[in-house]
Amino acid sequence: MKLSERGAEAIEAVALPLLAMGGALLLFGMFVFAGGKSPVEAWVLLFKGAFGDWFSWQNTLQRAAPLMLTALCVAVPASAGLVVIGGEGALVLGGLACAGLPYLFAPPDNIAGTGMVLLAAAAAGAAWVAIAGALRQYRGVNETISSLLLAYTAIAVFKHLVEGPMRDPASLNKPSTRPLAEALRIGSMPGADIHWGLVFGVLACVSLGLWLFFTSSGFATRVVGGNARAAQLVGLPSTRIVIASCALGGACAGLAGGIEVAAVHTAANASLIAGLGYTCILASFVARHNPWVIIPVAVLFGGFGSAGSLLQRRRDVPDASVQVLQGFAFLLILASEALRGRLVAVAAARAATQVVAAPEPVEPKGAVTPEPMEASPQTAAAEPASSPLLFEPLRHSGAGA
Amino acid sequence: MSHASLIADLLIAMLGGAIRVGTPFLMVSLAECITEKSGRINLGLEGVLVFSAMSGFGAAYLSGSVWVGVFAAGLGGALLALLHGLVCSLPRVNDVAAGIALMILGTGLAFYLGKPLIQPQAPQIPSLALGDWSSSAQVRSALQINLLFPLGVALAGLLAWGFKFTRLGLVLRMAGDSSDAARALGYSVNAIRIAATTVGGFIAGLGGASLSLHYPGSWNEGLSSGQGLIAVALVIFARWSPWRCLGAALLFGGAGALGPALQSVGISTGYYLFNAVPYVLTLVILVWTCSPRRSLQGAPVELGVSR
Repeated sequence: MKLSERGAEAIEAVALPLLAMGGALLLFGMFVFAGGKSPVEAWVLLFKGAFGDWFSWQNTLQRAAPLMLTALCVAVPASAGLVVIGGEGALVLGGLACAGLPYLFAPPDNIAGTGMVLLAAAAAGAAWVAIAGALRQYRGVNETISSLLLAYTAIAVFKHLVEGPMRDPASLNKPSTRPLAEALRIGSMPGADIHWGLVFGVLACVSLGLWLFFTSSGFATRVVGGNARAAQLVGLPSTRIVIASCALGGACAGLAGGIEVAAVHTAANASLIAGLGYTCILASFVARHNPWVIIPVAVLFGGFGSAGSLLQRRRDVPDASVQVLQGFAFLLILASEALRGRLVAVAAARAATQVVAAPEPVEPKGAVTPEPMEASPQTAAAEPASSPLLFEPLRHSGAGA
Repeated sequence: MSHASLIADLLIAMLGGAIRVGTPFLMVSLAECITEKSGRINLGLEGVLVFSAMSGFGAAYLSGSVWVGVFAAGLGGALLALLHGLVCSLPRVNDVAAGIALMILGTGLAFYLGKPLIQPQAPQIPSLALGDWSSSAQVRSALQINLLFPLGVALAGLLAWGFKFTRLGLVLRMAGDSSDAARALGYSVNAIRIAATTVGGFIAGLGGASLSLHYPGSWNEGLSSGQGLIAVALVIFARWSPWRCLGAALLFGGAGALGPALQSVGISTGYYLFNAVPYVLTLVILVWTCSPRRSLQGAPVELGVSR
């Protein structure tokens, strides 16, 4: 029973986001249709632009790399119970730190130098997001709002420095910092037009997933996120864990900014502020803040990004259409949470009616709710909040056991 | 002497700016105030603001009447907020996350539908010339008051009175302070919250109209710079009181007007930094007013964000 329940949960975990994405694509098609354009063509172009050929795959993976890292800036604090949405700030500061380190001293012209600029990027991002965590722990300031305010502030500081003190006089119509030395840049992987940043992204997702699920400090982080009171009762250092998780997430976002500078833009300029910090929120929510799931989700959203530019060129659809699609997707994915636990319940009810229809009827009720003690946490959690009284005794017995 | 006149010019520019920039702040914070009083938070007001600015500008441009535009802005805002209210009423939907989704959707829709509106000019909301007594051209131009501003002030008064003395206001606050009590009295908490969010969306839409139809007075994609989000913090600062929302909006408008005001007297270094003043100010105020040990004074009990 336990196993099949787990299986059902797994099916739901995959089916619900897929259903929501399908619904979003459908809504998007209707939206395009209302604008007088063919939705089928838009869908085909979306697919072609994202995964149609090797060229689009390269484009997609190129975009997925920073998305993975910035999504971790949402996912890691989320496992400690925080909703941090200011990844954009950490990203631009990371890019700034990466381009800014050579202003202070000349890093060695080899891989160690690259490591230094990337480390500076990660440190800048970590420090920035850690502020949001510290404000929450020490002052009770809501981290969602503070992280966003910090992001706006970071962008202002970035623009000020890039267009003022750190501006390269040679950058005429697009204010930029001085370009990174050739030797410090990150090149492409052999045989593909994809930079090594993708490897960083995948490695970060995999290792942070291993950390969260298989180490005691990762477990402690998840306890703090799952039940802050329980964490307090067993004496976990919640404050330190929350701030550390913010710093870790911020370091990932900062690294993303550093890689964007070192591999794509070669200098810090306004191209860095491309709304990645918002797409990554969506990506992390779709992945249910699981670092491993972020990898395929980031590839999917990277695909949306590269498809958007194709859509714009070929069908004269505004580039904001991808944002519309993302908005629909996000809203539907959140709404699909309401169905969690219901899909399986419906399937179970169907199985029960089949049992009833069979010549030798077994207790149909038993089939729907097997062994109340074992099933109580799931059932209680799956029930809508409107009938709390019905399940109160069950929940208590579950807690007592 | 020239120093003193410089400062005087700066102060006048900031006073005018406080009202000009503060009007959208006022509307959005009143909107957030209603929504939060009912026990729900709407981070998506940023999306509502941008979408309503676009729809208001589009309607004013197509119809040629600015008041049709203002109404369309409110309606657009209300529709988007209604969506938020409905989605949040589903079980296990986090209203903060839904707000972020609405933010992305609202700005996306606005950018998509607003593409053809970037060039044209639409009729503008007429101004009240409160500065006619003065001989100084600067004072007169600074005191060209957006007609929506007095409307917002009236609305603040109406809300403050309504929350306190009307049945509707009491029911709204009950839903925000104790959903159990509201349910026990036979009210549908979800219905109250959906209605509050929708009305809030309409008011926020008026703020959007003020952006695209008065100041800056055109539609472009950089129109709003987080006013909808700042409003959430602003309401916390105002401790959920409509009158204090007015004060906070003016304060923030003044802070937001600092950059352009300095530029108007010829100081343009650090333009971006001065533009960031409202965000930093919000942060400082949050750090100052929040406390980890108790929930905020005057906060609706059911509200997640203040705890």
